[in-house]
Formats: sequence, C-alpha cells, structure tokens
Amino acid sequence: MNYDLYLNQRIASVPPSGIRRFFDLAASRKDAISLGVGEPDFRTPYLIRDAAINSLIDGETQYTANRGLLELRQEIALYLSDRYHLSYDPSEEILVTIGASEAIDLSLRALVNDGDEVLIPDPSYVSYAPGVVFAGGVPVPVKTVQKDDFRLKPDLLEKSVTEKTRLLILPYPNNPTGAIMEKADLEAVAEVVRRHDLLVISDEIYSELVYDAHTHISFASIRGMAERTITINGFSKAFAMTGWRVGYACGPKEIIAVMNKIHQYAIMCAPRQGQVAAAAALRLGRENGYESVLSMRESYDRRRRLMVTAFRDMGLDCFEPYGAFYVFPSIRCTGMSSEEFCSRLLQEKNVAAVPGNAFGPSGEGHIRCCYATAVDKINIALERMADFLADHS
Amino acid sequence: MMTKLETSLLDILREDCRTPLEKMAVMTGSSVEEVAAAVEELEKRKIILRYTPMINWDRTDRERVEAMIEVRVTPQRDMGFDAIARRIYRFDEVKSVYLMSGSYDLLVLVEARTLKELAAFVSAKLSPLETVTGTATSFVLKRYKEEGVIFENDDTDRRLVISP
Repeated sequence: MNYDLYLNQRIASVPPSGIRRFFDLAASRKDAISLGVGEPDFRTPYLIRDAAINSLIDGETQYTANRGLLELRQEIALYLSDRYHLSYDPSEEILVTIGASEAIDLSLRALVNDGDEVLIPDPSYVSYAPGVVFAGGVPVPVKTVQKDDFRLKPDLLEKSVTEKTRLLILPYPNNPTGAIMEKADLEAVAEVVRRHDLLVISDEIYSELVYDAHTHISFASIRGMAERTITINGFSKAFAMTGWRVGYACGPKEIIAVMNKIHQYAIMCAPRQGQVAAAAALRLGRENGYESVLSMRESYDRRRRLMVTAFRDMGLDCFEPYGAFYVFPSIRCTGMSSEEFCSRLLQEKNVAAVPGNAFGPSGEGHIRCCYATAVDKINIALERMADFLADHS
Repeated sequence: MMTKLETSLLDILREDCRTPLEKMAVMTGSSVEEVAAAVEELEKRKIILRYTPMINWDRTDRERVEAMIEVRVTPQRDMGFDAIARRIYRFDEVKSVYLMSGSYDLLVLVEARTLKELAAFVSAKLSPLETVTGTATSFVLKRYKEEGVIFENDDTDRRLVISP
C-alpha cells in the first residue's frame, strides 16, 4: 500500500530527529560511556516517590481536573512567586501538562496561525522547530554564537523579524549550550519584543540549574512582559522526575483557556500520580528550603567545573556554561564535523556525545556533553577523549 | 562552623576518598593549596577520622558473624554510662558502641569469625562485667544498606543512552 497518499504531508515533511540516528548507533555498543543523556542521573528523591506510592495505596486512581490538581496548581503559584517573582492565579492562569513538552506543543498550537513565523534561537532543543511546523507555522532560526556565550543578541533577533513574525521561543538556560540569559540580556530582548508586538514562549525547564553566583531570571518578571509570555516549566530537571512526565504552562488566562481546550480534548489530564508527586516535591521543597534541589545542583556544579577544565586542558575551545547540565565545546580544531567527531569518538573510544548540529545548523563545530553522570565515569570518558584528540592531532 | 568548601570536600570524599587534591580543587573552584589546607583542617578537627574503603564482606570468603547486643547496665556515680562504655569498647570484637534512649542503655555492635566465638564473647567477657545487668543478642543475617550505600545491585543506569 502506498501510505504516502494517506499520511499528513506537513508532518511527513519533517525529517526524523538527528539524535535518533545517533541513538541507534550508540545503543548498539554495550560498554560505551554516554555523555549523551539529557536527564539527571539522580533518582527522584524518595519522599517524593513515597507520596505517589501512598496515593496509589489510598486508591487515588481517577482523572483529575483538566487543568490539574488544584493543590498542585496552588503549589506552582507559590513556587513561582517565591523563586522567580511571578504572579499567576492557580484557577485560570496555570495548566498542568504531560511534561514541559506538551506545554510547548499546546502553546504553539494555540498561538500559531498558518504561515506565522516563529523565532527560535539556534542551536536549541530539538522539538521547537518541528512543533512550529506541526502547528502550521514557519520556524526561523536566530543564530547564537560562542563569542556571545550563546546568548540571544537583540541585533540578530531584530534582523530576523518580518511582518509575519508573531512569536519568539526563549529557551534559557539552554539545551544544548548551557547558556543563560542575565537580566540585561532579557531586557534587551524585551525591547525587541515590545517594538514588534511579539509574544514569547519562555521554556525555563532548567531554571533551577544555574551555577556560580548566577541566578535565573524569569522572562515574565521583566517589566511589561508578563502579558506577553507563556512561562513553561516542569519537574523533570530540578526534581529528577523525567519519567513522571509533569510540567506546566502559565500565562494570560485567555491563552491558557485555549491551550486547555486542546489539552482537554486531546489529553484529558496529566497522570494523577505524577501530579501528586509533583505537588509533594513543591510542598516538601517549600518546607525544607528546596534541600534536595540544592544538593543536586551542588553536585552538578562540581562535575561542570571538572568537565569544562578538562576540555580546556585538552585544548578545546570551551565557553563556560552557567546553566542546565551540558558543556558545549568547539571541536573545530580537529578539522572534523560534529557528526564525524561523535561517530569516530564512539567507534574508537566508546564514548557517546551528541553532535551539535542535531540542535540546529549553528551547533555545527560543537558537541554536547552532559555532566549528569557519575564522577568516575566522567573521568574515564574525559581520559578517553584526551586520547582521542591526541590520536587525531 | 563549617565553610562551604569544607562541606563540599566532605561530599566529594564521602563518595570517593581517593579523589586527588587537584580534582577537588577544580570541582570546588579553589586552589590546590586551599583544598589541602581545608582537608588538613578537617583532619585536625577530627571531622575526618580516616580514609577507609567500604567493603561488602558477604562477597569475600572471609568467615564473619556480626551481632547487635542490647546491654542494660547500672550507671555509676559521677561517671554515668561512660566508664562502662569504655570498658566495653576496648574489646577488639566490639566495632561500635552507642548510648541509647529507650528500653536498654548501650547498643554494642560485635564482630567475630564464628558464632561460637561471638557466644563466648558475650558469656565470658560482656555479661560478667559487674555493672551489666542484662543482654539481648541479635545476629545480623543480611546487610541491605550501610552508610547510605545499598548493597544490592541498585546502581543500574536506566536512562536512554542518548536523549534530546
């Protein structure tokens, strides 16, 4: 049968993720050390897991409200106000989703009309551009470069704006670069947003993982931006809860209502036990000063320093990433492309890293290495990479 | 008061006490000299007592029995429980001694090569001490977790090798 006649052409036109191909390659090698993961190496703190276990024992197995458990939305409102000076009404301005991923998809589907252009800093997380295409829009990459510490610069942003531009995706702290945006950077972006009357999807999933005296600033806390911003966050990275699939979107009630319309028809509600665990994570955090988040962050920070220093000692050009849990060194000095570097590193030294171009054309010449891995494994991987570079110098 | 550097060093050393000073300096963003001085200070203040491997004896072929003994004693004037605790912890068989709240006074962790040796220790050495009024011995059958380390294979990395 020729299924091409049946398949949705818009969706079929999007190529499969570049990461997928590399995954198959890496998964076939048994004893490879992987710096290619995109999730914490911690398990969800036990008290959080315990809350979900108890809810199962108590028979809490029903649907929740479409927008999510009220207790969880209230905790989210408290958390965002406490940590990032944001003010959202739990009844109308917060929607609990299946991970931040669903929140991204919903906000694109709610805000993009056919042919609208959506600005996306490049390189960035792999889902944004396909999400824009699925929603009928046109993704427009905005180059970010190592010279600027991969921050989004207002002049490059301005140049990419056309009369069709409606939306900017702001993914900081950034996957894959580890870049952050400081207050002045955000204010400069806000200026462009205001001038061109844009809306912003601010994906802040790595907001708790910011290091070395830097703090995370929420875009919606910049003056005048709350009414223009969908703030997206979740529990996967800060609380090591990737498999639970719980995230949320907050924003103007008119937009959240439309997102909730898609959510209630397509999804119904995020899984209940995940929501219970997420509520426990925030409640416990509020009570103990986010103890587990802080201790995980300390541990990431130590490994971050270890990896950055080692790459620089190897002679790789490596800017200091202050967010997320990735290091994004340049491998241009080897003369290899990102893909070639990663394939050969895997074949010759059994270390998996992700080619930077999987995250967009501006990622070419870089590789993404995740430091959310045990120190002894990081040390072995770094030794092997040093050998690899020596072999190819 | 502990400094932030000292707390970080304890975290690192507790994971791997063989971490070189240079690595610890990088990980904490300090100089090697600062780290060396801080470690020395922790040793001097007896916060770090020694650097020791954690051994899973069940995987060795060494014969070994462990027991926890609840000991009831009569406290002595002016000395409280300290004098009798000292009498007890000096025996080589005794690995740990704690003063406890609750229905008994001292918890004594004892290790010996065989059951017979351990029984002999309780009947010939511990019980006859003049202030000991009673003991209850429980043998350790299996160790699941010690010092935060889980002994069963719990360290499987269940993550996907590559994820976005």
